Order: sequence, then structure tokens, then C-alpha cells
Amino acid sequence: MSKIHVTTTVNGEPAEFLCEVQDSLLDVLRDQLHLTGSKEGCGSGDCGACSITLDGRLVCSCLVLGVEAEGKTIGTIEGLANGDELHPLQRKFLEHAALQCGFCTPGLLVATKALLDANPNPTETEARYWLAGNLCRCTGYDKIIRAVMDAAAEMRGEHA
Amino acid sequence: MPRLSYAAPASVPDAVKLLAGAQGLAKVMSGGTDLLVQLRSGRAKPELIVDTKKIPGMMGIRETADGWVIGAATPSAELSEHAGFSAAYPGVVEGTNLIGSTQVQGRASLAGNLCNASPAADSVPAMIAAGAVAVVVGPTGQRSVPVAQIVTAPGRTSLAKGEFIFEFHFPKVSGKQADAYLRFIPRTEMDIAVVGCGVNLTLDAAGVITAASVVLGAVAPTQVAVDATSIVGSKLDDAALAALDTAARAACNPINDKRGTIEFRTKVAGVLARRAAKIAYDRAGAR
Amino acid sequence: MNFVANFSDLKVVGTRPVRPDGIDKVTGKAMFGADLSMAGTLTGKVLRSPHAHARIVSIDASKALALPGVKAVVTAAGDFPEISSEEAAAGESPVNFRHMAHNVLARDKVLYEGHAVAAVAATTSAIADAAMALIDVTYEVLPFVIDVEAAMADGAPILHDDLVPSGMAAPGKPTNIAKRVEFKLGDAEAGLAEADVVVEGRYETTAVHQGYIEPHAVIASVNPDGQTQIFASSQGQFMIRQYVSKILNMDIANIRVTPAEIGGGFGGKTLVYLEPLAVALSRKAGKPVKMVMTRDEVFRSSGPTSGGVMTVKIGAKKDGTITGATIDIALQAGAFPGSPVAPACMCAFACYDLKNVRASGYDVVSNRSKIAAYRAPGAPISSFGVESAMDELATKLGMDALELRQKNAAKAGTKAAYGPVFPEIGFEQVLDAAKSHPHWSAPLGPNQGRGVATGFWFNIGGDSSASVFVNEDGTISVVSGSPDIGGSRASMAMMAAEVLGVPYEKVRPIVGDTAQIGITGMTGGSRVTFATGMATVQAAEKVVDELKKRAAMIWDISPEAVDWKDGEAVPAGANAGGFDPMPLAAIAAKAGKTGGPIGSEVSINAQGAGAGFGAHICDVEVDQETGHVKILRYTAVQDVGKAIHPSYVEGQIQGGAVQGIGWALNEEYLYDKNGRMDNSGFLDYRVPVASDLPMIEAVLVEVPNKRHPFGVRGVGEVPIIPPLAAVANAIKAATGVRMHSLPMSPPKIVAAIESGKG
Repeated sequence: MSKIHVTTTVNGEPAEFLCEVQDSLLDVLRDQLHLTGSKEGCGSGDCGACSITLDGRLVCSCLVLGVEAEGKTIGTIEGLANGDELHPLQRKFLEHAALQCGFCTPGLLVATKALLDANPNPTETEARYWLAGNLCRCTGYDKIIRAVMDAAAEMRGEHA
Repeated sequence: MPRLSYAAPASVPDAVKLLAGAQGLAKVMSGGTDLLVQLRSGRAKPELIVDTKKIPGMMGIRETADGWVIGAATPSAELSEHAGFSAAYPGVVEGTNLIGSTQVQGRASLAGNLCNASPAADSVPAMIAAGAVAVVVGPTGQRSVPVAQIVTAPGRTSLAKGEFIFEFHFPKVSGKQADAYLRFIPRTEMDIAVVGCGVNLTLDAAGVITAASVVLGAVAPTQVAVDATSIVGSKLDDAALAALDTAARAACNPINDKRGTIEFRTKVAGVLARRAAKIAYDRAGAR
Repeated sequence: MNFVANFSDLKVVGTRPVRPDGIDKVTGKAMFGADLSMAGTLTGKVLRSPHAHARIVSIDASKALALPGVKAVVTAAGDFPEISSEEAAAGESPVNFRHMAHNVLARDKVLYEGHAVAAVAATTSAIADAAMALIDVTYEVLPFVIDVEAAMADGAPILHDDLVPSGMAAPGKPTNIAKRVEFKLGDAEAGLAEADVVVEGRYETTAVHQGYIEPHAVIASVNPDGQTQIFASSQGQFMIRQYVSKILNMDIANIRVTPAEIGGGFGGKTLVYLEPLAVALSRKAGKPVKMVMTRDEVFRSSGPTSGGVMTVKIGAKKDGTITGATIDIALQAGAFPGSPVAPACMCAFACYDLKNVRASGYDVVSNRSKIAAYRAPGAPISSFGVESAMDELATKLGMDALELRQKNAAKAGTKAAYGPVFPEIGFEQVLDAAKSHPHWSAPLGPNQGRGVATGFWFNIGGDSSASVFVNEDGTISVVSGSPDIGGSRASMAMMAAEVLGVPYEKVRPIVGDTAQIGITGMTGGSRVTFATGMATVQAAEKVVDELKKRAAMIWDISPEAVDWKDGEAVPAGANAGGFDPMPLAAIAAKAGKTGGPIGSEVSINAQGAGAGFGAHICDVEVDQETGHVKILRYTAVQDVGKAIHPSYVEGQIQGGAVQGIGWALNEEYLYDKNGRMDNSGFLDYRVPVASDLPMIEAVLVEVPNKRHPFGVRGVGEVPIIPPLAAVANAIKAATGVRMHSLPMSPPKIVAAIESGKG
């Protein structure tokens, strides 16, 4: 029996790959499509470093089978910036020093983008609960939350 | 080693045929949030995975004359985003909203949470308290089973080979009826329930409780119903709450494990029963 | 360069620019250890012991090797040289290479569940898994011991028959005690006898993991001539080079280690686990081998730091003057000696100016994974006991908890129990800032309580190298040897830019591999901004000297007649001549005609790290029925010397504080009845999540360290020390119960409230 052929869309571009059934979508993104921005911190859905969107919904790519991507639309950290123009969230993460080691950062950015798509005006508490599945061990979350709130305000057009 | 295969059938009969005809272990997948962890750790070694999400009716929420029908594989995030269902069953949604992270809720389903058969499953106590019924499909056709009768022991269900849950029916909420779910965890998110409690109350016009269902999770091998007769006929005054606390503790048969001790779980079961009942009572009263 | 006395002249230091590696990290381009690959790379995996303690009778890998796709299997007996006890402690570092080698791969015995027994390289991950299942290991299972006091007791299972304890009389029989340490000043017992009030308590902490989100990862490639490339995520590329060389008996010059981006370390990546295995497998298979730990392996087989038990006694006069203090502590080392018992003892009372003090402790092995450094190793543990006891003392004396600390605060001239006399330090200023912060006097509601605690860390210097190169267009390249975990590349670029007088954006820093830059110690101990920063400053100064020389040559005047100002050579005075200022870029453009490329490398052993002190204020609300603790407000005050990049200094403080909060409330290693770890994932090893926390206010007090040109003190270690007791003291204030044992998890708090004591 041979590997399974999957046709999908990643960051707006058509993509194809071959995988085994047990390969997670994270394995496929990293090893087959060389999109290594999504990270594996736990492999069990507890850390959020592998966050992507699947048909627009935020998920852990370690908890999705590669074969499930057939016909789906996938969004990863590599698709967040618009060409050479950073997404406001990326800019705000840099301005606020919302990263230290940067390993959790791709997952946090993807998760935050999904938050602001669903709720452009979150309270601090809403942001903290939405992001509870994205572990960060470096920052204590303070500057991450500040960056999220500031980016949200800018995206709502509230900055002068 | 036998190779794992995958199928995503487009109809119930196809899925049943695959599951019933499997030689080795066949696993039903909806959200996959438990299954993938089990695959990776080697705890589950299936030969076949049947992905049910492409079967029409497995995904989605609809309101009927009798209440609500929830596709068994509907991700929990869709439940909390659904204004109508969230208004009708805030307690059920509180439960599904606590399954893992935002990311996990993007995939995890009621059927998966139920059939994983963990005593700590967050969506189950409120489903049982609501009187939800599972529509089970399989080689012998279709049957309706109260959610309370699905889980028989940790990791075990009453489903036969080839069977899976197609959808859940929630009765229509009418009059002064409401539910609530609370769980206790050491952090604020991301933990398995140490104790969970779903409460569903119906009041009369004067605010007297006419029907009560209180169900605990994580305090026994399966979810357990609390004898709530002591609060029926009351306005949930202090005496009724104390009686409920005692009844909840009496219903517990927990274990000591890494997540909690027998003493702690028993005490907190009483606390959560009181607190969840109070929330449900206030919600019902406001209707 | 001398100490910059006038900070108001600084143009770059103290500002908050975007870090140079920032865009890579927000776009997913940054390459961490597991992101790298080479053509033909094999997957390496580790077979680990299922037993807490067992003798290895035999290992038969023949069936695994027969499996198609399996390219190599390595075991200690077959592939690793035995390191004699004499060679064990070679070099200056207090590392025992024999123990390290035995931890990387078990030789005669497995000493903990998860201890590596063999490693496999195969063409795919699935084949490697299948191969591991085919390796037959015969074990003779032995009795095990997990807890520190049980390991010290008579009749305990013995891990190492040949262990000879240091610092104490030989026990005359096998023991699990590896070391006893003691630090004394004056006569502690006599001091306690003079006290009007004495508090005494027993405190316990549990092993906690560093919890970096990136699992250990390495890719290694060995050529037949021995030349070896290693790409790895670690806190020190030179550390990996040295340790691999020792463990596998290789020439250091044959090993080139390139530091990948590192996804957190906190001390946990100061050891080798996978690297020697990957090298041994690659050597045998003739192909590159990549190895990445699973999260389960990270918890079972790497880190954590020690748990321990201690008794603390403090006595004071009625006015709060402490007359005597003692701490007796025993720390788990894990399977091999090496707990941070010495720094735990040294830091215990270092915040206070005491005349009579004694701190003594034991380093004890047991059947747990070998401990690794974790942020201020040892200090949070002893501080939990001491700062809890200080709170009890304040209560007994009826004194404000901060005033008691102010009364006894260490200051310039204080002789610490561990030896030195402190030069200028900022502890009094920190306490004053805490006391005057609005948080200290804010009102509290029902079931709420406030606690305060303090912390001390030495901060260190040591070996560091940096080079500064002037490019043809006047831009600057900076290379340092310190892996950047939290933004240090930005600090290096900022310090170089400040010295050179050029804009920050014109300076691009990288972290060099072991062949590109001189030997540099690990990123740890809060040393990089101080020590590698000092090397960078000195290299930049040498470049400035050279730039002045070149300008003098062009102007045909004496180099002494040239000054350097704002990135330009200027005549030193009217007598020097009437030349227009010559910008750095203009000098760079003419470098070929004035003597060749301009650049400088500096390797130093940096001395004079300034000690760091902090005080944290914590408000909690305790659910009296469930024991759930909510952190309501948190303020962390710290003397940082001088913040080069204040955002990353604040970030260190905030991150350290939250790790301490996790340690205080919910993190712990749990073992089942067979001595196996029972919570080896992020589901049940509960690190703080975003919704558990409020904002963490970091208050920077700047009392410059005059032995660094810009006044830098290390900042990364101190903030993890105070939270354990600050949270405990807040819980005491909210509930009336004193928690003596970490973590202060809900079941323990409920039990304490019900019994009326912790």
C-alpha cells in the first residue's frame, strides 16, 4: 500500500503532499512542505505552538491528521504577513518586546489573529482566556497581552 | 506491523459497513483531539480510522419543534458561537467551552468527549442533567439512548461494534428552566476537571423548584446523578443548599490520583453542586 | 572603557529598539534546533529505562539491526569510552564527566525511569520506533528511592556503591549523600540565644521543571576523518563542544557546533543529553542524524531542579534586629551528585546584614532524573523557607514585613555569610521603592491577602568573546559567543552602537559558531549582558582607537590629536588642526589605503558582576472552600544596575516572576508507586497559562554596577526567587494558615484551612 496523496491549500497557494495516515498535519507542514514556523512543543494539544487555521478555524495542527487536510484551506504563520508588509500583530509583538526566545510566538500570533477575527474588541480577560492554550514560559504573558490589546486597538482604527 | 488505514465515508451506511467489517480495532474519529493523542502515545493501536465528519448531519446545530439537534461531530466552538443554543443551554455550553483550549474546541465534539468515556469529561454532566439523548447508528439500525447510559466504565461505552453516535437531541427548554455547569481545576484553564457539576432546574412561577437534575463528573468511575429531591419544593434557601451539598457528597465514589484526593473531591463536589445550583436557579428565575 | 558616569549622555543604551532577530521570529523563519535538516538525515531515537532502578544484565540489539532501514544502534558498553574517576572532574568547571557520560547513556545500571539505555538511527521515525521495540534489554530490577529524606535514611537503596561524600566524615558504609556544605559567620547559636523572639519552621519544596517550550533538538554529522558538525539548541555551543569531546574522546578542533535559535532554556539546556548520542550514531551510520525529544522525554529525562526539605530558625530583638539565623537543608540531586545546595545555602540569608548566621546543607542522590540548573539554582528553594520565616517573625514582632527587612537589609560594606563584602548594592533602594509603591498600601477585599518577599543572586561574569567589524560602507557587524535566549543580540548591538556613536540600525549582531568566535561560557547565571557585553564594549573601543588612528593618518596628525564624537573623528582641539569631522563611513571607505580592514576581537574573563536584589509584592484571593488561589496583583521591584534595553529587562523580571508563581502554586513532579513520573506532560505538569495571571508590574531600580562600563547587573535570575514566599505570605494573610510545603495546591490549602495549620 502506498502513501496517501492529499491536495490542499496552504496560505492561499495550492499544495500537495504524500503522507501516512498517522502523520499529523504538523508533521506534514514541517517535514513535507518545509513550513517549519509551526512548532511542536508537546504533540498533545497542550501548548499551542503548532496553532494553525483549518478552514478558518483555529486548531492545533498536532491534533489534525495530514489526510484530513484534503480539500481544506490551511493558514500558518508563514502566511500572516502580506508579502514584505508585517501584519499589525507582528509589528506590535516586536514593538512591545512580546517575545524572548520566540518559540511560542508563531502559535501565539496565529491564535491572536483568530481571536481578533472573531472578536475585534476583546477585553484583557477575553484575550487571556482565548490564549490560555498557548503556553509561553519566557514572558509571563504581560507584554504579549499588551501587544495584543494594542494591535487590536490599532486594527480598529483607534490610534491617532 | 499492520498499516493504519483511513476512510472518510459520506454516508451512515458506508461508515457502519467499514466499522462493522474491520478486522482489527477500528476507531471512530470526529474531532480527533483524544484519538491523536492516543495514537501518538501508543495507547490506541487501531488498524482503521473512520472519520465521520463528512457524513451529512454529523456537523451542525438545528432547532426543531421538540428542541435541539446537534450533529455528533460538531466542534464545541460552534456550540458556543450559536446564540440560540447558548441561550437555551448555557450550562451545556459552559461544559463544552471548557474542553481543552480554544484550539481544541475548534475540533472537539460532544460525541468524542462522551465516547472517550472519561469520568472527567466536561460536556457530559450538563448533557445528562439536560436529559439529552444520543441517536446511535449501527449494523442493526438506529436507536435512541439517554446520554447517561452511554458510558459504562472509564474508557468503556455501551456502543456495540460498528455503532457510533450520529446526533444528540436536547429537549425543548420551556418556562422557568435553566442549567449551569461548573468544574474545579487548579489553574483557570487547560486542566482536566478535578470535579465537575451540571445542574438543570425547573421552577414554578413563584420560584419554587419543581424539577432538579444534578450530575457530577470526576468523582466516580462514571458521571453520577445526585439525589436532588431535597431541593425540589424549595426556593434554594440555605437549608436546601446544605441538603444538596450533603447529597452531592453522598453521591461521590472518587479515587485518589494525581489530580485530587478522595477527601478533596468529595468536599468540592458539595461546593460545586451548591454553586452551580445557585447559578441555574438565578438563570431559571430570570426566564 | 571606564564607567560612564553621566547616563544622560547615552543615546542608544536605555532605549527600546526592535530586536535584530525579531522579524525572523514573528514570521516563522527563525531556525530552531528541530527546524534544520541535511540531505540524507536519519532519525535518531532513545530507548529509555522503564524502571526507576535496575541493573542492566544484557542488551541485545541484533533483531533491531536486522530491521531494514535501521542504520545504527549505540550502547554505552559498545560505543562510549569509559571515563575513569581520575579524569572525571578534568577542567575548571565543576562537572563530573564520568557522571555526565553515564547520564547520557546508562552503563551498568539505570538510575531512574527514562534513563537512556540505547539509541537507534533509522531512515524513518516509524522504523526507529519499531527498532527500539526490538532491542532486548534484560534488567535486574532493584529497590528504588525517590524522596530526599528516605534516600538519606539508614537502609535506603544505594545508587552508587563508590560514592564518597565530600565535606563530611566518611560514613564508613555506602551512602546517597554526595556532599555536605556549610557557610558560617559569627556564632549563630549564640546569636539565637540572645534573641527576644525566635521563629522556627520546616519547609519543603518539590522538583520543578524549567518548562521551556522547545524540546531538546540536535542534528549531527560526522565525517570519516572525524570532523563533526553539530547544530543544536542549547545555552552554549562551546559547552556542547567540550562535553561531546570529553564523553566521546574526540579532538575539540574536530567539532564545530553551530547554535540554533533556542526556544527557552532557563538553565535546563546547560547539559548535553542528545548531542553525544547523535554524534555516536552519525559516526557509526556515516550519515547525519537528527534527534528531537518528545515532551514526555523532556519531563522524564531532562531537568528538573531539586526539591528539598529545610529547617529555618531566625531570632531577633524586639526592635526587629536579627541576632542569629540558621538553615539546614537537604536537596535532591537526582541520580547523580550535583544539586545546587551550595548556592541555596549561600543565597539563603544574603539579603540581610547578619552577624551570626549558619547555612548548611546536603546534596543527596535518589532515583530521579539528574537535576539541571534552573534560574538562580537553589536560591528560590532556601528563600522559600527563609522569607516565609521572615514573615512569621514580622507577625510575631508586630512589625511591618517590609520594615523588618529594611531594618536588617544588606548594604555596601555588609559581609555576607558566604564570604564577600558587598560593594555598592541596591537592596535598600529596592525596599524603599517597594514600600513607597502604591501597591503596598492599596486596600484589600475579603478573602484577599498581601505578601512580600525578597531575593538575592550573585550574578556572574566569566569567559566571553566578542568581535566588532567595520564594513566597507561603515556599517558594523558584531559577533558574540553567547546564544541569545531573550534578546541579548539587541543589547550587544546597542552597546556597540553606543561606543561607536552610530545608529543602532547600522549594527548587525550575530551569535557565532565555535569556529567563528573565541570561547564563551554558557548563557546563564545572568552573565551575558554583563560579561559578553563587556567584551563587546572593549572590542568596540579598540575599533574606535583604530578609527582614530586612521583619521590621524589621513589628516597626517598624531592619533592623540583625534577625538571620537558621535560616530565621527574630530580634531582634539584647536591645536590639532582645522579639519572637518570625518564620519565612520568615510574612514571605512578608505580603510584599504590606511592599513586594511578594521575590526577587533576581544576574549576576556569578566570580573566584577554586581549582585542583584529584588522584592516582590503579591496580592491573592483564596477561595476558602476549594483552596483555589487567584493572583490579583503582582509588583516586582529589582535593582538592575542599568537597563540596556528596558523592555527585555522588564521581560526577564516578568517571566521569572511567573515561573516562581507556577512553582509556588501548581508545578510539581509526581511519581507513582513504581517510581515512574506520573505527570510528564503539560496537561498535568501545570505551568501558568495566560488566564491565571494579572499584568506583572516590573519596577526597575537602577543602582549602577561600577565595574561595567554601562553599569549593568545581571537581571534574569533574581525574579524567580521571591515569588515562592511572596505567594505563601499572601496566602497566610488571606487565610490565616501558613503553608510549609510547595506547591500550595488547592487540596493542600483546603486541608490546611480545615486543620487550622499548614
